[in-house]
Amino acid sequence: MAAFILRRLAQSILVMLVVSLVAFYMFQFLGDPINQMVGIDTPLAEREALRERLGLNDPMIIRFGKFVLNAAQLDFGLSYQHKQPVVDLLMERMPATIELSFVSAIIAFFLALPAGVYTGLYRNRWSSKALLTLSLVGISIPTFLIGILFIYLFAVILGWLPSFGRGEVITLPGGWTTGLLTVSGLKAIILPATTLGLFTLTLIMRLIRAEMLEVLRTDYIKFARARGLTNRAVNFGHALKNTLVPVITVTGLLLGNLIAFAIITESVFQWPGMGRLFLQAIQEVDLPVMSAYLVMISFLFVVINLIVDILYYVVDPRLRVEKSGGGH
Amino acid sequence: MTDTTSPKAATRPSLLYRIWDHELCYSFRKSHLTVGAAVVTLILILAAVFANIIAPHNPFDTASIDLMDSELPPAWTVDGDQRFLLGTDNLGRDIYSTILYGMRISLLVGFASVILSAVIGIAAGLIAGYVGGKVDAVIMRIADIQLSFPTILIALLIDGISRGILDRELHDAMIIPVLVLSIGISNWVQYARTVRGSTLVERNKEYVQAARVIGLHPILIMIRHVLPNVMGPVLVIATLGLAFAILTEATLSFLGVGMPPTQPSLGTLIRIGNDYLFSGLWWISIFPGATLAILVLAVNLLGDWLRDALNPKLR
Repeated sequence: MAAFILRRLAQSILVMLVVSLVAFYMFQFLGDPINQMVGIDTPLAEREALRERLGLNDPMIIRFGKFVLNAAQLDFGLSYQHKQPVVDLLMERMPATIELSFVSAIIAFFLALPAGVYTGLYRNRWSSKALLTLSLVGISIPTFLIGILFIYLFAVILGWLPSFGRGEVITLPGGWTTGLLTVSGLKAIILPATTLGLFTLTLIMRLIRAEMLEVLRTDYIKFARARGLTNRAVNFGHALKNTLVPVITVTGLLLGNLIAFAIITESVFQWPGMGRLFLQAIQEVDLPVMSAYLVMISFLFVVINLIVDILYYVVDPRLRVEKSGGGH
Repeated sequence: MTDTTSPKAATRPSLLYRIWDHELCYSFRKSHLTVGAAVVTLILILAAVFANIIAPHNPFDTASIDLMDSELPPAWTVDGDQRFLLGTDNLGRDIYSTILYGMRISLLVGFASVILSAVIGIAAGLIAGYVGGKVDAVIMRIADIQLSFPTILIALLIDGISRGILDRELHDAMIIPVLVLSIGISNWVQYARTVRGSTLVERNKEYVQAARVIGLHPILIMIRHVLPNVMGPVLVIATLGLAFAILTEATLSFLGVGMPPTQPSLGTLIRIGNDYLFSGLWWISIFPGATLAILVLAVNLLGDWLRDALNPKLR
């Protein structure tokens, strides 16, 4: 197991290095950051001083080394547009994005579970087929359009839920802001989280259904039925339990996707998260923010992937048996 | 696979009949949903191609646009105007016409980026699978790294980088190639993995060995002999990829980093309409949105059918 995790770790570090290189080269080849920071009438000497101060005159390899070192210390420099440290901007917005992604992952998982089990168990009922067709329709409607429809229905016509923002936010010790402890915050997260989670929901539902169909065909299920166990015990105790290993893995991996796709949802619902900051950075060519977001989100991805890999080892008893038996 | 020679064998059935009788065509005819999807796709593509003939108004001709006509609801509502079937937008442009022209851009970007991803992916997959060794390892490692990031993020990033390289005016003028590039590059991995897998199988077959023995150039073997035999799955990915590319373009345009309002695609139209949704002007974004959803759904259904029809396990 140690070797497995070590190999994974090495791969993660490689990914992070490649991403840092991309982020670094963005600085290198894209425009002159000085031009972005100062006005047209700034004298040349002042520009040169700024250039020297920012270390833009050093050789490439030193600059890359500095970049990685600084990134490791969460120092990504100043935003061209906001003239503030990038890390402050990101940290301020990170809780909003993480909360949104987690809530939508939870919504997606706990709605997909019953739907997937149902369509797997009763695959010939018309309701199962309707659910599956609906999920294909759901995949074909882009996230932003679903968001717009939700806003129009629940905020404009019915007026039940707010259409933008996070609602009232409480600051926890450590600087983490949460909207999950206030009524207005909870109301505000329902629409964006559902919008973000729908695509993931359909994916997990289809996965659970496919896994259920696979497991229900196996001999041990037939044997469990022959032993006279109740349907409930067979379906949930034996069948569902054995589908959960791949499902948990995929859900974990999809969490990374949710954080990235939050860019779209945050834009529709004006959610004050990292995604919107990134989007503005692209429009304004704010390179420090772009590269910091890229590095941060890759780091999140890599950590999530690593945790899922380890979880896979922990959850699946077969892998553990192999280990105690001496392995291959 | 299909032996269409009749017992009489004297008269060869016509080409049209042989196509009609082919098993692919048979499975197509049998699935009503697929036929419906194909008809819808075809109608939408034709409508987009001939937008300049079909559209009752030219939304880009500033002379014919009257600001007095702005924000009119669809023709069948109380305040509707018979001239504008689906109403008008904030500038007085006919929604129906802008949808037709917008679909043209959406489809153009969609098709072009699918072709770009397919070309990159097929080339990478063929080389990785046929050459093997270190080349294979490097290509597939790059593919793995890219695959761990969502395509929308990569597309956004390439778009952002292009904004840094080109200045604003040039970027707006080059927006279609930029979008094609960013969507195309972000989607090549799937083609590469599939083609590599099939190439690994084909590489050891006798016809490839024979071609090698007679001294054909490896590039020639890859393109002339291996490629035609790995195209089946590529066709499936390309069809589903078209739906995905159209969606990605719409998403980028909706986010404000795609087509500008002066050259709106379906996504841009939805973005424009979104600002007016709160004032109850639902038709500006809902009609382009519905068109987009129908187009993508129809193409997805075609792709799903093609995947099942070409899957030997399901025959």
